[in-house]
Amino acid sequence: MKIRKPDGAAVLELTDVSKAFGPVQALSNVSLKLVPGQVHCLAGENGAGKSTLIRVLTGALHRDSGNYDIEGQPVTTATPAALRTAGVQAVYQELSLLPHLSVGENMFMGRLPARSGVVRGGELHSRCRTVLDQLGLDDVSPDTIVERLPAATKQLVEIAKVLTADSVKVIVFDEPTTALTEAESDRLLEQIRRFREQGVAMLYVTHRLEEMFAIGDWVTILRDGGLSQSGPMSDYDENKLITAMVGREVSALYPDEARELGPARLSVRGLRRTDDSPPVDFDARAGEILGIGGLLGSGRSELLLSVFGSEPIVDGEIKIDGETVKPNGPRSMMSSGVALLTEDRKVLGLLPELSIRENVTIASLRSGSRKGLLPGKGQAAAADQLLDSLRLRAGSYDQPVSTLSGGNQQKVLLARWLLTEPKVIMFDEPTKGIDVGAKGELYDVINDLARRGLAVIVVSSYLPELLGLSDRVLVLRDEEIAGELPAGASEEDVLRLASGGVVEPEHPDHLHGIPGLLHDPHFNPVIHQNIEKVPNA
Amino acid sequence: MPKLLWREPIETTVITRAREDDATKAPGAGGGAPSGESGATPDTATAPRRPKVRVKTLGDIAGRESGALIVLLVAVGALTLASPDFLTGNNLANLARQVAIFGILAIGQLFVILTGGIDLSVGSILGLAGAVTAQLLVAGMPIVPAILIGIIVGGVLGLANGLLITRFKLPPFIATLGMLGIARGIVLVITNANTIQGLPEGFQTIANGSLLGIPNLLIIFVIITAIAWFVLGRTVFGRYVYSVGSNPEAARLAGVPVALVTTAVYVISGVLAAVGGVLLTSRLGAGVPTAGTGFELQAIAACVIGGASLSGARGSAIGAACGALIIGVLNNGGNLLAINASYLQIAIGALILVAVGFDQMNTRNAARG
Repeated sequence: MKIRKPDGAAVLELTDVSKAFGPVQALSNVSLKLVPGQVHCLAGENGAGKSTLIRVLTGALHRDSGNYDIEGQPVTTATPAALRTAGVQAVYQELSLLPHLSVGENMFMGRLPARSGVVRGGELHSRCRTVLDQLGLDDVSPDTIVERLPAATKQLVEIAKVLTADSVKVIVFDEPTTALTEAESDRLLEQIRRFREQGVAMLYVTHRLEEMFAIGDWVTILRDGGLSQSGPMSDYDENKLITAMVGREVSALYPDEARELGPARLSVRGLRRTDDSPPVDFDARAGEILGIGGLLGSGRSELLLSVFGSEPIVDGEIKIDGETVKPNGPRSMMSSGVALLTEDRKVLGLLPELSIRENVTIASLRSGSRKGLLPGKGQAAAADQLLDSLRLRAGSYDQPVSTLSGGNQQKVLLARWLLTEPKVIMFDEPTKGIDVGAKGELYDVINDLARRGLAVIVVSSYLPELLGLSDRVLVLRDEEIAGELPAGASEEDVLRLASGGVVEPEHPDHLHGIPGLLHDPHFNPVIHQNIEKVPNA
Repeated sequence: MPKLLWREPIETTVITRAREDDATKAPGAGGGAPSGESGATPDTATAPRRPKVRVKTLGDIAGRESGALIVLLVAVGALTLASPDFLTGNNLANLARQVAIFGILAIGQLFVILTGGIDLSVGSILGLAGAVTAQLLVAGMPIVPAILIGIIVGGVLGLANGLLITRFKLPPFIATLGMLGIARGIVLVITNANTIQGLPEGFQTIANGSLLGIPNLLIIFVIITAIAWFVLGRTVFGRYVYSVGSNPEAARLAGVPVALVTTAVYVISGVLAAVGGVLLTSRLGAGVPTAGTGFELQAIAACVIGGASLSGARGSAIGAACGALIIGVLNNGGNLLAINASYLQIAIGALILVAVGFDQMNTRNAARG
């Protein structure tokens, strides 16, 4: 029996919960039982449904079906406020503190002790003091402005905020250590152990496997929105855990064909973004699809942006077709033949007020223009032809680009870059937020570009996609190339390289092999994770 | 008000056709008819099959400024009926002279607003450029160089605005608010707060003369509007202006020289403000140190009434010109009908609120799809 439930009286129990976003089934028939004094880990790849489950649990999302009980009583109104009152508290990876207010004000925001609207400073101070002392934060004054605190202390203040609630039965930790260093994480885990002794039920979500082994009593593994396995942590080792998370065939969505590899079109030597970042070297050859993998915050997007000249670099050489180019800015890299499809289409790609056609031609206006006038019908026709060949679904190419669906917006951006006739094209999470049908089409296009002799670079958090598409995969860890994998490597290989090699759970010294993962500000856990991965169609 | 009038599908041509929501249908087949309807998006294969209704609105034909055009025509029509003096050559020439300078300022302001910025310093730049030109003329400099220097002063102050915003990353509101104070202060210093008189006759005829019965000011205004319309609609620079206003970071990553474009629009705004200043000095026959006070708000109002969005990327030269004309016509009509000017101010204020209110409502509806 692969799915077991922990013994004891449940403080919180979800049974057969399902949730769909449009056509995407983010959760299907997931059950979860939390018992007092136990740390329950939730594992799964990006998009397996972890964040959706947490949001259902905290009331941020309404489940489509299934039961939700707290201490045996069905939950009638699953709103965040009602669940907080019932004792379900959550500590999020994104700090939800107001940076310009004091620690005390943050801890009691929304229910500041007051008399006729005037805040009672003394009471606020003493109540904060009690909670802070309880957490071992003796040196933090309730009057300190939050933005002056180090990241770890902020995370602890976040927990302190949770503890000021009248009832704390369950605490959900969603990637609490993402922004923390090793020592800071230790302090946090220590606190979690103390909660365990006090009989609080905890749900703990992390990407760091070692942390799960260090703190977890029970583990539930989600895969493709469904329950994969659940059992005591002691039944698992790292390999078993990864297999349970991945455990799926790479589908035939990815075109598989041998391509002729030519000489290096892009070569990067000694690229360093800051003075203390490690140098990065790599080549991308004509006809090759080079995959770049790594955990969130390992510097994948930043690498692409600095190759594209959008982020400053301190050192390094970039050659396109053997000629050295200076990455002064997107404009100059663009004219040298580099294209970048950014991860965040809304923030870094689309011009929402402009029409589809205007969005496509914006990067090619200068090359097609004579004396500063807009290029004539020829370029518009070329743009239309590209859009036709990408099978863009739109009523008219004159309509605003913001009216398109995600997959079609991505095609518009792809057409924008194809129109510039690039030599090297880089995709950052190309299928994020795109439905399955459009994904398959996009994979075909990517493959076709490589066949035509472009060097293609793909960054993806979705491992089946990364491995299915790429001829070769570079794995980044802490901005450094941790290793290179050939085609046919397994997802386990990538995860192992990305999270810092083999870790033996018996040795707590090896804990936190991944120091200080940076938090990616563009990362929206809910939308990203749930829509990104769709059960294999 | 404008948006309500033009977006409502009440116009004459109504094309309705049921269309198969064929997922693999090659697009562009229906590319003949322009469509501004956001609802008519055949979505991906998952979208439910439903007949698509395409309605052609006036907005499709005349563009975004059509609302302002209609308001303008209605106002003109109403005033023609209400006052026999309105549609006389004399009054229209008068109206044109009143509107032209505001209009030129509004066109400059439009460039800035299209990039998502704002230029509060145009009134002060207008005053400074006018005073500089007047002083040079009084000092005996020939007319053409004096005018050119006045305009260059405007361009330099615009450049300063642009650099403060792109290099020192000051918010446009703050940078140009500072410039508003600085430029006005300089005018008062160099003029000793005195009106400069004794301008040559030749200079005064520039703004007060007319060609074939059409006031020179109107001709200049129309030419500037036409150039702006051409630049915004037909040149790469114009497209870049819209792209910067739409999403500066995305524009930068698409190779648009965002800093250059941003700086350029403030220079354009400064130059046009200076042109306005020279013309106002010529019209008044004197360099008035307080000339142009508060004009920046009038220019912004004209843009907004003409359909420009303060968040950028929406608006047109024709719209801004219409906006300026609407304000001018309302003022002129109020005078003719002997309506208390205080009430007119209330009416124009309300017009801004209604125009922007409807715009917001439409944007929300469009977003809801």
